[in-house]
Amino acid sequence: MSNLAVLPIILPLLFGIILALTHNRIPLSRFLTKTFTIINLGVVSYITFRVFNQGTITLETGGWEAPYGIVIVADSLAMLLVLTTNIIAVACAFYAPHSLSERQEKYYFYPFFLLLITGVSGAFLTGDLFNLFVFFEVLLMASYGLIVLGGDKVQLRESIKYVIINLFSSMLFVTAVAFLYSVVGTINMAQIAERVQEVEQQGILTTIAILFFFVFATKAALFPLYYWMPKSYIVPNPVVSALFGALLTKVGIYSILRMFSLIFIHNIDFTHPLFIWIAGLSLIFGVIGSISTNNVKLIVAYNIIPAVGFLIMGIGVFNEDALSGTIYYLVHDMFIKAVLFLIVGVIVYVAGTSDLRKMNGLINYYPLLGWLLFISAFVLAGIPPFSGFIGKLLLLKGALSVDEVIIVLIALISSLLILYSIMKIFINGFWGEKQESDNIKLKSTKGFMGPIVFLLEFSVMLGIGAEFVYPPIASISEYLLNPELYIDSVLKE
Amino acid sequence: MEIVTSILAGLLFATGIYNLLQKQLLRIVIGTTLISHGAHLFILTMGELKRGLPPVLTDGITEYSDPLPQALILTSIVISFGTTSLLLVLAYRTAKENNTDNMGQLRGTENE
Amino acid sequence: MYKPNNLILRTTTSLIAFILLGFAVYLLFAGHNAPGGGFVGGLMTAAAIVLMYISYGTEVMKKILPINFRTLISIGLLVAVLTGFGAFLFQQPFLAHTYDYFMFPFFGEIELATAMLFDIGVYLTVLGVTITIILSIANDQ
Repeated sequence: MSNLAVLPIILPLLFGIILALTHNRIPLSRFLTKTFTIINLGVVSYITFRVFNQGTITLETGGWEAPYGIVIVADSLAMLLVLTTNIIAVACAFYAPHSLSERQEKYYFYPFFLLLITGVSGAFLTGDLFNLFVFFEVLLMASYGLIVLGGDKVQLRESIKYVIINLFSSMLFVTAVAFLYSVVGTINMAQIAERVQEVEQQGILTTIAILFFFVFATKAALFPLYYWMPKSYIVPNPVVSALFGALLTKVGIYSILRMFSLIFIHNIDFTHPLFIWIAGLSLIFGVIGSISTNNVKLIVAYNIIPAVGFLIMGIGVFNEDALSGTIYYLVHDMFIKAVLFLIVGVIVYVAGTSDLRKMNGLINYYPLLGWLLFISAFVLAGIPPFSGFIGKLLLLKGALSVDEVIIVLIALISSLLILYSIMKIFINGFWGEKQESDNIKLKSTKGFMGPIVFLLEFSVMLGIGAEFVYPPIASISEYLLNPELYIDSVLKE
Repeated sequence: MEIVTSILAGLLFATGIYNLLQKQLLRIVIGTTLISHGAHLFILTMGELKRGLPPVLTDGITEYSDPLPQALILTSIVISFGTTSLLLVLAYRTAKENNTDNMGQLRGTENE
Repeated sequence: MYKPNNLILRTTTSLIAFILLGFAVYLLFAGHNAPGGGFVGGLMTAAAIVLMYISYGTEVMKKILPINFRTLISIGLLVAVLTGFGAFLFQQPFLAHTYDYFMFPFFGEIELATAMLFDIGVYLTVLGVTITIILSIANDQ
């Protein structure tokens, strides 16, 4: 039953199409979306369970043998990320009806939402480089649909920049694939990895590797290619921001992780120190961005940049501890970014503004919201025993074992500043005097809290239950350090 | 022959990027189209250009042109067809809503 | 209201649109192992329909072709995805295809492939997307 591997891709697509047919009937669409995401989560959990127990599932689509046809490879890393994606999808499906206007829901929010899940899952699962490009396009197409949802002035203005940047980097992606094809004569990732070892002229491969890195770094919003990201992530509806912040940049990071642990591993001395430098600069500039602004949405959006900095640092250090740290932090960050964007969405909704200087004393009216923000700030900054701490601990342990002291210092300082940037929202927005004189109408936050608590629970469990979460993650990082395991599972030699 | 088409692809990229750096929205859209043409031509070149040899349809053929780049190019053309048409609609709506098609005026302020 | 003098356009359209539509159907059915396919077929049909829109105007066309092209996109995608699912029923890998030869009265022996069904899905999707995009710009005043 190797067909299992394709279900996380094909089910959301099918559900999305059904929802496109029912887009005019909003109550039905809402109900179906909730049911579909839960069904999907169930199926994905089963597949993940199976993959962790019985090993990688490989599917050769259409019955074409591995190097010739397109392969779908459900290995432990991919399935872990697909599972995380689907948990976030469930939370967003329950949050969306409260946050979106009826017009936005009618304008194909739900079909695009499921199409986005299709693209993200596909990008994680595919074992074919060109197919990775195709799934990137699928998820970008869905994101174009989501970002213009509602279509007001500001949104259109920012989304056109987003679309142009992504279109350009996609075309570079195609060019990079063409370059690599001319050198190794295949686009199957396992076979590329095999042939790259045999190619004598390593210089050209390093050039191609950097081209790929450029493409994925643009998608992942790394320094210095993050300039398009913060603004375009804050203009759409909070639930769309949450999906983008949690999933899109992480797909870029996943691609870097995959490419530079499987294919381009023969010139580590050149590429990986570069990653560490870029990681340091991403940390510094991202943090500066997030403490310099008073727009609550921008604070969270800028916080994506140091997070991808941490992740790329682990890939740069490239030993077992650092890679486990990267995977741990990747899962942790997907949860916590979704939580933060959803919380900030509620804050903006109840305060009626995104300007921090105009908010005051919100905790008197919305205590639960305040304390959720407080906890998630701790989770994000990595206060023990929360999940951020364990991810960072592993990353820093890995970095120290190869004497990368400078990056460790930068990482520690920026962690503190990340905590400050979120606490700024708490201190300025939630503390302070009640605004008695203003006739504040209490807005109901019913329905918003459930999904947030649901996600935060996973995030907290990831930290407190580290004893149970760590062993499988360590096994994934061991698996990543032995690319032969991947190659063998695809080519079956 | 490969050299000539590579140079042509490079030229398409260069003109595309020149157009991409302009301020008018329509020029930017044209720039992205030119770049995608360059990329497609480049894929075709990378599979080696040959004359008059069909892809494999029957057994026992030793000399044939590589079908894979053609499959890739077709996919890529379809995708860029979709994205370009979407970009055109988006650019049109943006220019209408904001009353300008000048990227310099589409900057925005901090709190909105 | 201004009334354009487009006799030539209308006369040629009725001829050309038929040729285009016929050729589009040929391309669709030839697609699985010869030049052609759902994508070009769909584009060709879309070209014919857009030509008709140009010469007869939106009002008339809505009466002639009362189709919601957005729904057509979904139906096309649904057909394409369900053909993939067909492989699940026969315990084959996803998207596996098969073909056989059938005798038809009048046409003689014809090869029918399951890839054709997928192509029909692509055809409907491309047709729907193209017309939707063109009309969404054209209808805007």
